[in-house]
Amino acid sequence: MSLIWNKKAECLLPIEKDQLQLERLQHIVKYACEKVPYYKKAFDKAGVKPSDIKSLKDIEKLPFTSKAELRDAYPFGMFAAPMEEIVEIHTSSGTTGKPVVMGYTTADIELWSEVMARSLSMAGCTKADIVQNAYGYGLFTGGLGVHYGARKIGANVIPISAGNTKRQLEIMRDFGTTILTCTPSYALFLAESAKDDKIDLKSLKLRSGVFGAEMWTEKMREEIEKRLHISATNIYGLTEIIGPGVAQECEVKNGLHLQEDLFYPEIVSPENLSVLSEGEKGELVLTTLTREGTPMIRFRTKDITSLHRGECKCGRTSIKMDRITGRSDDMLKIRGVIVFPSSIEKALLEIKGLEPHYKIIITRPHQLDEIEVQVEASEILFSDEIRHMEETKKNIENHIEKSVGLKLKVTLVEPKTLPRSEGKAKRVFDQRELK
Amino acid sequence: MKNIKQLSIFAENKPGKLEHITKVFEENKINIMAFNIASQGDFGIMRFIADKPEKALEAFKKAGFTISMNEVFAIEMEDKPGGFHNVAQFIAKSGLNIENAYVLIEKDRQGALLICDIKDTEKAKKTL
Repeated sequence: MSLIWNKKAECLLPIEKDQLQLERLQHIVKYACEKVPYYKKAFDKAGVKPSDIKSLKDIEKLPFTSKAELRDAYPFGMFAAPMEEIVEIHTSSGTTGKPVVMGYTTADIELWSEVMARSLSMAGCTKADIVQNAYGYGLFTGGLGVHYGARKIGANVIPISAGNTKRQLEIMRDFGTTILTCTPSYALFLAESAKDDKIDLKSLKLRSGVFGAEMWTEKMREEIEKRLHISATNIYGLTEIIGPGVAQECEVKNGLHLQEDLFYPEIVSPENLSVLSEGEKGELVLTTLTREGTPMIRFRTKDITSLHRGECKCGRTSIKMDRITGRSDDMLKIRGVIVFPSSIEKALLEIKGLEPHYKIIITRPHQLDEIEVQVEASEILFSDEIRHMEETKKNIENHIEKSVGLKLKVTLVEPKTLPRSEGKAKRVFDQRELK
Repeated sequence: MKNIKQLSIFAENKPGKLEHITKVFEENKINIMAFNIASQGDFGIMRFIADKPEKALEAFKKAGFTISMNEVFAIEMEDKPGGFHNVAQFIAKSGLNIENAYVLIEKDRQGALLICDIKDTEKAKKTL
């Protein structure tokens, strides 16, 4: 059993938790309303005042905040603290428009360090560890988030940032890295490169990894654990809330402990935004309970998951969320069927010998959606007989159809031709021209 | 009849793919003695008989290709009308099923070899 970083906060009794959340919620709603004109306007429009929040359930009276509003506030419209109190700025990647800008006060950085220290501790990190931090440093929150957490624990952090795979592997070997932090697809890429560079991963001191910043599956975890000879845990977070550290898996690995003394979670229906009950799958909505720089009230994360309360073997009492299984805006509608690319990935990775690299291409050649999945013809899949290769292809197609409920075409491509990502992997290409 | 080594390489059915493959042969100074291309929709398998098959296997693996090597049968045929027929007759009588076949002309042009990929190797070895 690994150490619990903050026993008091992570093992609250339900009654203590409710009390703490309510006090903090009342405070943050009032604070946001007073300091951020956007919230004042939104609350007025919804006909709600901070004093209406008398119970936790009253949060449902408050309007949602979505990425569009944060973009409209570019650059500093969402800041609640005066500029001289802001000590750091981060932005979301901005690939779909103007970036979202978030401000951090000293207390916010402390909050972030705290949740990251809790998270890394869940993955077994102590003072004695050497953390190779291969998340990107910069405006992206991955790098600095891990950095702050590792520093707070007092671990030795190697701020190598993303990329430069050859050097990553050399440092891992020569510096005796014990914990690796990066995206799960990059972890697999490292494993593959180690094979090419003839670095024996089994002989390394590496024993644990904290992987996040993109969606991944149980099957990918198995692959990472097997190939890198480590224990792999899942971390969740987003810039709009704080960065990584909103939730993290403990060693039990059946859900991520959400730091609910600091972030209040709800699950809503992506279709009509009604609040769903515990265990139901929907979009995660988060409210920051203590954030000073840019408080977030009912932020729609677009991430699809469900929440589960119950005792955890690790001793923590915080609510657990499932791994993210989709994005409400990545949700694909193919021939009227709702499909998440992650479920295709899940089906693919169940096939023995298949490399965890793929590309999904959606086209509409004859007024009808067609979906093509490209996978690499690995040595294990290869046969010198066309007939067998055709069979393999058919088997993959059938397997996906069975588990996703969608007929699609599988194409075998040459090994190592599909893009490996060193950051967030782009694997879905929707090329439908909707006229 | 003799056994020789055949290389099978996976390739996508796209322009320029054959050129990628022949380049590896050229760069490693390996001579191609016979080849055959079978394609099926969006991918194909190219089969080669080369003078240095082991070296070729290494080189292609290093270049990132999916490749395999197996033993095939080379049956001598007379280079005259009816030469192929004689061989075909013989194979038919033996009850062997050929997965894939192509021809290798020997350097002296005196004869030709029929390269046969027969999966039931044991039976083939006994009969041929």
